[in-house]
Amino acid sequence: MSSREKILAAVKANQPDSTALPDLSVFETTEQGSLQKFAEVLGTIGGKIAYVSGYNEIAGIINSQYGIGVKIVSPLKEFKELITDNLDDLLSIHDLHDVDVAILKAHFGVAENGAVWITENEMAHRVLPFVTQHLAIVIDAATIVSTMHQAYDRISSAIYGFGTFIAGPSKTADIEQSLVIGAHGPRSMTVFVLNANSGTAK
Amino acid sequence: MEQTTKDHAELAQEFNRDEDRVDWHDETLWFIRAKRDKAAHNIPEWETLREAASQIKNNVLSNLHNYLQQFEKNAIANGVEVHWAADAAEHNQIVHRLINEANVVRMVKSKSMLTEECGLNEYLAKNGIEVIDSDLGERIVQLAEEPPSHIVLPCIHKKKEEIGEIFHQHLGIEAGISDPQFLTETARQHLREVFLTRKVALTGVNFAIAETGEFVVCTNEGNADMGAHLAEVHIASMGIEKLLPERKHLGVFLRLLTRSATGQPITTYSSHFKKPREGKKIHIIIVDNGRTVQLGRKDFRNSLKCIRCAACMNTCPVYRRSGGHSYHTAVAGPIGSILAPNLDMEKYVDLPFASTLCGSCSNVCPVKIDIHDQLYKWRQVLVKAGYAPAAKKAGMQAMTWTLSSPGLYHMAGKAGRWVLKHAPFAVNNKLNPWFKQREMPTPPEQSFGEWYKQNGKKK
Repeated sequence: MSSREKILAAVKANQPDSTALPDLSVFETTEQGSLQKFAEVLGTIGGKIAYVSGYNEIAGIINSQYGIGVKIVSPLKEFKELITDNLDDLLSIHDLHDVDVAILKAHFGVAENGAVWITENEMAHRVLPFVTQHLAIVIDAATIVSTMHQAYDRISSAIYGFGTFIAGPSKTADIEQSLVIGAHGPRSMTVFVLNANSGTAK
Repeated sequence: MEQTTKDHAELAQEFNRDEDRVDWHDETLWFIRAKRDKAAHNIPEWETLREAASQIKNNVLSNLHNYLQQFEKNAIANGVEVHWAADAAEHNQIVHRLINEANVVRMVKSKSMLTEECGLNEYLAKNGIEVIDSDLGERIVQLAEEPPSHIVLPCIHKKKEEIGEIFHQHLGIEAGISDPQFLTETARQHLREVFLTRKVALTGVNFAIAETGEFVVCTNEGNADMGAHLAEVHIASMGIEKLLPERKHLGVFLRLLTRSATGQPITTYSSHFKKPREGKKIHIIIVDNGRTVQLGRKDFRNSLKCIRCAACMNTCPVYRRSGGHSYHTAVAGPIGSILAPNLDMEKYVDLPFASTLCGSCSNVCPVKIDIHDQLYKWRQVLVKAGYAPAAKKAGMQAMTWTLSSPGLYHMAGKAGRWVLKHAPFAVNNKLNPWFKQREMPTPPEQSFGEWYKQNGKKK
């Protein structure tokens, strides 16, 4: 008998009588996610937020913040003028090792924890949001959901090869519980929020 | 790593030699426990969430046979290779074979308590494979040639000056540096080089979804992602109990996990791996290693609901003052003390006794495991199975004998009071474990029985 069969047989013999799954509808809410809450929580976990009028303003901020001589990449066509390296010309993902700034669009943000959800298609390469020194994320104000339950309602049965929630810059407190920003991933994360002033989003 | 034959009490005694350090360790962990409380109190539906998580895990354990097969089928459809390991040895052999197939002798690994449980690093080292742990805390203890002392904060027992010394010796920084920012930057540069040059990366698994065949890995540092996305081969090791039925159940668990662990609202990264990158490979190793036996133990199967948040350790008055290494097992603290005896009753007989049974662990557990009840029940199982230490057995027998005879009981009481009063040296010495760090009480003049005889009838 293979280990697979052995394990499955032992599980079958030893598992208790079936119990029901709980009703998760108690966590449902029709409340729109609060952008203010999202911004607040993002701040507490080391992220930055910028309310912008459009892509031009984002490009301006990134230019003035990081200056010249830095490697900026983005799969977003709106930043054609800003980027220093074209992701389509990449020979190996290892060439991303010296990226300074990556600008990526996320699907939505989560107010309760300051996270954004982003999938492989928006990353160009899976490693990009992790290997870059600084991460810039673009989201639309109307996409903020309030809790992780709403987040998964929104993801629903979406198809992706890889997806991740990113909540702030990489960090560690492994040395005497002292918080250090910039562990292995980005040293900073800025979320650029589009359309924050339209409608009831704010 | 050194195999120990000392029990929890002896190892705790070693840890307790440095009183200042014990106080510091205690306070650091209590600080994390306090952060957990704050995070939990911010969620009005916290208790409903705990109950939902508990029920989901009960459902998982009671339908595990189906979920495992459903997960396997969906993972294979996603292009992932699935392996099954009955025990630690088989798990290690599979990892070794996969490394050989990739034609390399070096691997980078992010945090996986399962690989600690299996002794993977030692096994691979013996076979000429170099493993580098990429979680900062794990890298530190790896360089110090020690096991992690905490499942979330592997080097919580180390002071920054000691870490500076370790980095001085191994990573070539100047002596005498203890600034956490500088030390973390040193590790970042050192490990970047590792991430960029390793073709095989191993990660643990926090949650695996039967419905979709995907698995989720949570880190703050981004080390699991750096390793996995830069490698050609990603090996993910998981225990059979890591399953969740559906993707939407992650909503419950990702809300609970990090709030319980460190008080953060969520880890920086909650990565959902579903399909390998074009032309690359993902292998999942599903490991039993005693879990199916635990599943069959009615009183102890709930321990398999654990999501490894370590809230029970941070709150435990014994863990905080005895240190993770005193548990001499991969998963320390209260949860480790109910998991370990399942693997080896003789070796871990001391652990269920390393508790005050205060119940704080059960109160903070995000999946409502009855940890302190299980500690109590393990004591009974272990004593009945004949594993109790000889001194404890003899003591219990003497107590049984004394308590079953009123005459003996009264005589023993009188003798005890007489000794405490007239020959205190007989009990105030090192041979008496109750005297350790305690003053013996002043004996009462008479027993309650004697007092009642004198005063009970008056009125």
